Amino acid sequence: MTFWNNPINFIGYWLNSILTGWHLPAAIARVLLYVIGIIVLILFAMTLDIGLVWVERKVVARFQDRLGPNRIGPFGLIQPIADIIKMVIKEDITPDGADKIIYNIAPVLAATSVIVLWAILPLASTIYGVDLNVGLLFIVAAGALGTLAIIMAGWSSNNKYALLGAFRMVSNMISYEIPMVIILLIPTILANTMSVRGITQAQSGMWFAILSPLALLIFLISAIAELGRSPFDLNEAESEIVAGFHIEYTGMKFGWFYAGELLHAFTFGGFIAILFFGGYGGFFGLEKLAALAWLNIPFVQALVFIAKAMFGYWVIMWIKYSVPRIRIDHMLAFNWKFLVPLSLVVLVNTAILNKILIVLPNWLYVLGMFASNIVIGYVTVEILRSYGRNQRKAEKLPDSHAQTQEQTV
Amino acid sequence: MTAEQIIFLLFAALVLVSALMVVIVRNLLHAALWLVVSLFGVAVLYAILQANFLAVVQVVVYIGAIAILFIFAVMLTRREAMEKGRQTRNNWWIPAMLGLLILTGLVVLIFNFPNVEQTAAALPVGLDTLQALGIALVSPDAYVLPFEVASVLMLAALVGAVYVATVDKK
Amino acid sequence: MSIPLAWYLVLAAALFCIGLYGVLSRKNAIAILLCIELMLNAVNINLVAFWRYQNPAQMAGQAFAVIVFAVAAAEVAVGLALIISVYRRRKTVVADEINLMKW
Repeated sequence: MTFWNNPINFIGYWLNSILTGWHLPAAIARVLLYVIGIIVLILFAMTLDIGLVWVERKVVARFQDRLGPNRIGPFGLIQPIADIIKMVIKEDITPDGADKIIYNIAPVLAATSVIVLWAILPLASTIYGVDLNVGLLFIVAAGALGTLAIIMAGWSSNNKYALLGAFRMVSNMISYEIPMVIILLIPTILANTMSVRGITQAQSGMWFAILSPLALLIFLISAIAELGRSPFDLNEAESEIVAGFHIEYTGMKFGWFYAGELLHAFTFGGFIAILFFGGYGGFFGLEKLAALAWLNIPFVQALVFIAKAMFGYWVIMWIKYSVPRIRIDHMLAFNWKFLVPLSLVVLVNTAILNKILIVLPNWLYVLGMFASNIVIGYVTVEILRSYGRNQRKAEKLPDSHAQTQEQTV
Repeated sequence: MTAEQIIFLLFAALVLVSALMVVIVRNLLHAALWLVVSLFGVAVLYAILQANFLAVVQVVVYIGAIAILFIFAVMLTRREAMEKGRQTRNNWWIPAMLGLLILTGLVVLIFNFPNVEQTAAALPVGLDTLQALGIALVSPDAYVLPFEVASVLMLAALVGAVYVATVDKK
Repeated sequence: MSIPLAWYLVLAAALFCIGLYGVLSRKNAIAILLCIELMLNAVNINLVAFWRYQNPAQMAGQAFAVIVFAVAAAEVAVGLALIISVYRRRKTVVADEINLMKW
């Protein structure tokens, strides 16, 4: 075990030997090392978050055909630091009738529910927090904590717009958890494990995005709805409901919500990369060649992972800044009447075909799975088209009916 | 006092203290949030018992669905006048006595159980609890029948709740 | 594993009794449902502790606990729907005032 192969364990053993050299009992040294590891992970996530503020503002500017922050520091790189200083020195207001304890805990819980996801996110084959064998369910559990934080924020603000926004956001989030959980079963079936590392390792042959593109699409849509970003952001749209559940939050408390939302978006970009694009590996078996053996170094894998996560995050931002927002009842109808049946069909299809086609050679297996997804997609589009056609016909008939009635009367 | 025992005692204290707050607190929303804390403590206890699937499902189902349902129900049935004054009935000491009696009886019963001071053996090597649970729930000579009956129950509850809570359109 | 089984059982018994006290002494119907959840959780802790300490290879304890999860969720859904429906008609959720069937 060298530093290049296994950096975290190497540093852990070195620190452990130092601590036991200072005559600390082994159990306390281990607990101390765990605490240090947790703090380092949180620091890494939050530092990445600061960078994400800059990325977000530059990317939205370019989508809107302008430059973005470019005055503070070269290319505006120091802009996030200026933002943080601004938020820290702002006045910290607690509204009059607010429930003080819940009001103050809500932003902390919202940010915690995101940072906790970094415990299972593997940056490389040997750089990860913990390898839970129920990693995918852990993602859903962390989403549940975030939902709780939002409803606490909306209720304790003592403000009807905050409450409306919180109700909408929570009903959105718990509705879109269902297609997300169903789709999370598809990498489980294809990789035979729920552990996030296991799923990444199972993609060393073929990415799951190619085996199941519909699953990728539905997961992307559910992820955007879970994040509460456009086009599903009626919950906090400025023109509709004045920032929704975080109206009454100022200063650093709002900073926690904002930073938590950006980090959440990046973390979901990371999960899209892990579940569908091979995570830190997934080079189609190329890394076994001697010439490309450097692809196995953990730091290179971490860079590959962050690049893929940035790509996922960029797609989420692209959708946010290009598409208009959807009304709340249309959002929920879209989920319950379209996404849930579609994700169930995709799940059943993947499960059955996985068992049938696994005996065939690999390229036939990949082709079969990909083709079945295309077929399901085509059938869905045809059903939607005929449904739309029927709706348009139905809307025409009453009008002509009313016209003939007016003429006779 | 091993580290594991200390962690167990900490989280057991958390569970019991927040359960007490649930039954004592006046503001119903605070009671629901104390329930969330208690349920989270129970999830940690499941993790200590190495039932990690149950720990995560506890957070997802209880905290992510049931507690949110409770909070919504509390918000939808709120009357200001209801939260002033006593939240417990007049003869609250009867349930308290009953609770203490039953607790004493149960503790006596527990310590008469054979082998109750044993510590757990290690899990058998190669036992994947998640896979074993999955197989047990769908295997015909294990628990597939209760599993299917539970899903029919949930379907009935879904239909029933939607029907009962529908507002009549006059 | 260095925790005796007795600790888990006593914890579950205490949680059950706290829930029992809450069910019998609270006035608000939703608070009663909250305390029922405490009792269900106590039962679950018992089941999982016995699974772990007696025979972990036999999944009966965990399967039973999963079914209890399902039943608790179903019960809370229907119970809260009923309470909200009663609130719409009677404008109250205090359990004592929902006494139409008393003679």
